[in-house]
Amino acid sequence: MLVVGALYLLIPPARFVFGWIFLAVALPGIAYMAVMPLWRYRVHRWETTDQAVYTATGWLWQKWRVAPLSRIQTVDTVRGPLEQLFGLSGIKVTTASASGDLKIRGIDHRKALDVVEHLTQATQATPGDAT
Amino acid sequence: MSDEEVAWQRLSPRLIPVHLSWLVAPVVTGAGTLIGTGGKVNLQALITLVSFTIAFAIVAGVNLMRFLTTGYRITDQRLELRSGLLFRSRRSIPLDRIRSADITARPLYRVFGLASVSIGAAAHGGSANRKLSLDGVPRAQAAELRQDLLNRRAALLADPGTAAGFDESAPIAELQRSWLRYAPLTIWGVGGLFAVLGISYRTLHEMQIDPLKLGIVHDLVHAFTSVPLWLGILALLLAVAALGTLGAVGLYIEGWSGFRLEREDGGILRVRRGLLIHRSVSIEERRLRGIELVEPMLLRWGGGARLHAIASGLGSAEENRTRGALMPPAPRAEVLRVAADVLGEQESPTGLAPLRPHPRAALRRRINRGLMVTALATALFAVPAIWLPGGWRTGFLTTAGITAAVLLPAVSLLAMDAYRTLGHGMSGGYLIARSGTFAHRTVALRREGVIGLTVSRSFFQRRAGLLTLTATTAAGSGGYHVRDLATEEGLAFAEEAVPGLLTPFLERHN
Repeated sequence: MLVVGALYLLIPPARFVFGWIFLAVALPGIAYMAVMPLWRYRVHRWETTDQAVYTATGWLWQKWRVAPLSRIQTVDTVRGPLEQLFGLSGIKVTTASASGDLKIRGIDHRKALDVVEHLTQATQATPGDAT
Repeated sequence: MSDEEVAWQRLSPRLIPVHLSWLVAPVVTGAGTLIGTGGKVNLQALITLVSFTIAFAIVAGVNLMRFLTTGYRITDQRLELRSGLLFRSRRSIPLDRIRSADITARPLYRVFGLASVSIGAAAHGGSANRKLSLDGVPRAQAAELRQDLLNRRAALLADPGTAAGFDESAPIAELQRSWLRYAPLTIWGVGGLFAVLGISYRTLHEMQIDPLKLGIVHDLVHAFTSVPLWLGILALLLAVAALGTLGAVGLYIEGWSGFRLEREDGGILRVRRGLLIHRSVSIEERRLRGIELVEPMLLRWGGGARLHAIASGLGSAEENRTRGALMPPAPRAEVLRVAADVLGEQESPTGLAPLRPHPRAALRRRINRGLMVTALATALFAVPAIWLPGGWRTGFLTTAGITAAVLLPAVSLLAMDAYRTLGHGMSGGYLIARSGTFAHRTVALRREGVIGLTVSRSFFQRRAGLLTLTATTAAGSGGYHVRDLATEEGLAFAEEAVPGLLTPFLERHN
């Protein structure tokens, strides 16, 4: 949107074309920004128990994922610049399955550290290679 | 025997002619061009030829360098491989981590009596795989090496009874000549044919030869334009079908000649097959999580099926497809027998209890999908008609009408069939799921191999009260779907499949 906007301002003869492109990009973009975050916020949930990790994600396509702690292989934290700015953190839990990653995004950083600690210990307590 | 005492071994020197053979292609094309143009090569062709030669020389050089710098050895504990000139690498795999040792022999390798051994090993902790490849050892040595590695592995796994050599008992399955009748039913479409045509056209064009001016092509084009259009199209369709059949039979023979599936000591399933390229794939039974029965439309009508292993440690998705194949297209009953044998069951779990049907809403989804396809295909002709002048408009509208008339019954039948195919169930220790429109797929997954569950619901599924349950596993494609279950029923099924996993996260309304 910014690129097209800049082009619109910088190249006056082509304003007609870039004006329409700008609208075509901006209107769906704004609609997306208005709907998606709130919708996702309503859907996203997560929970860990002594047996399993559970996440609910998505908006149009929604997914609930469960993985037993005994099958977890690695627990990572992921923090992008924006997440650092807002004191948030993301957790990625991988299992031996190629399609079994669980991601918990945007939870309080200190809370995330606790969860990682909990999951890591549970994982270490399980023998075997979790397949 | 300490690690230092074992001598490093080299790949076979017979690799030198194999690698030098890369230079044959540019020499032949060069000579061909000279002869074809009568010695007067223009600049463009010359540049093409020279860059062609340089590229092939580089490939040959790199391969030769790899041959010169590669060495391997097997010590008591590990298999070691060193290679590289600029970037020297030294890799080692503990013998007890070796999961597979596959032998492949490409045609050129076989001319020189060589084969490649690729050794798969589990990286620490599970799914990630590492592969070592000994590319070019004498064939007898390759077989010996494979047996040796698997024996040592079995011995290290502290199972002395299983370390002894071959099991000479009868194989689980062998290729029957009569199975060849299923080969024509495996036509994989005409796409490949067009790709071949396209490539030959481009190659000829690059060499300044216009294919349309060649005698044979010219005659064909002339023959096509001199008969009525419908006859021409019919002949073309027949020709494409004949070529496709020929290709399918050829592929079947190439891929499955000498097919033999056997159980070796040490709990290993071994598949050997191939005419030009010999392949030998070993799958540890311990890593087997289930099987997948695949019945593509044509093959199904002919009463045939294929069989795939769902096993961990086979590699990428592509490798899973080629290495997981347990049976060629063969009679369904035979495939089911092999499935049962491989899994160590009396009867194949896919054929036991009748599967539970899915709700009617699943049928509505399939019909809607078919209608969407029909609408799009019709619109492709109907929409341009709006802007077209009279005569053209009628033509386009007629085509749109015919498209709709043909597609509507076809998609309805497909939707009905896809709905009838849908089914799920539990049979002994297996979770069974069946689905598919063109190719029916029946998956039998060991329940203890399920390492997680995913419930996904699209917008339309939520409105229809449906969900798709995915059982994730360390094997095969990583996740197997049970599509379009009713919400309540689906969650109940999930609890039944993996008791207790979902329970803490469910709320009951009664």
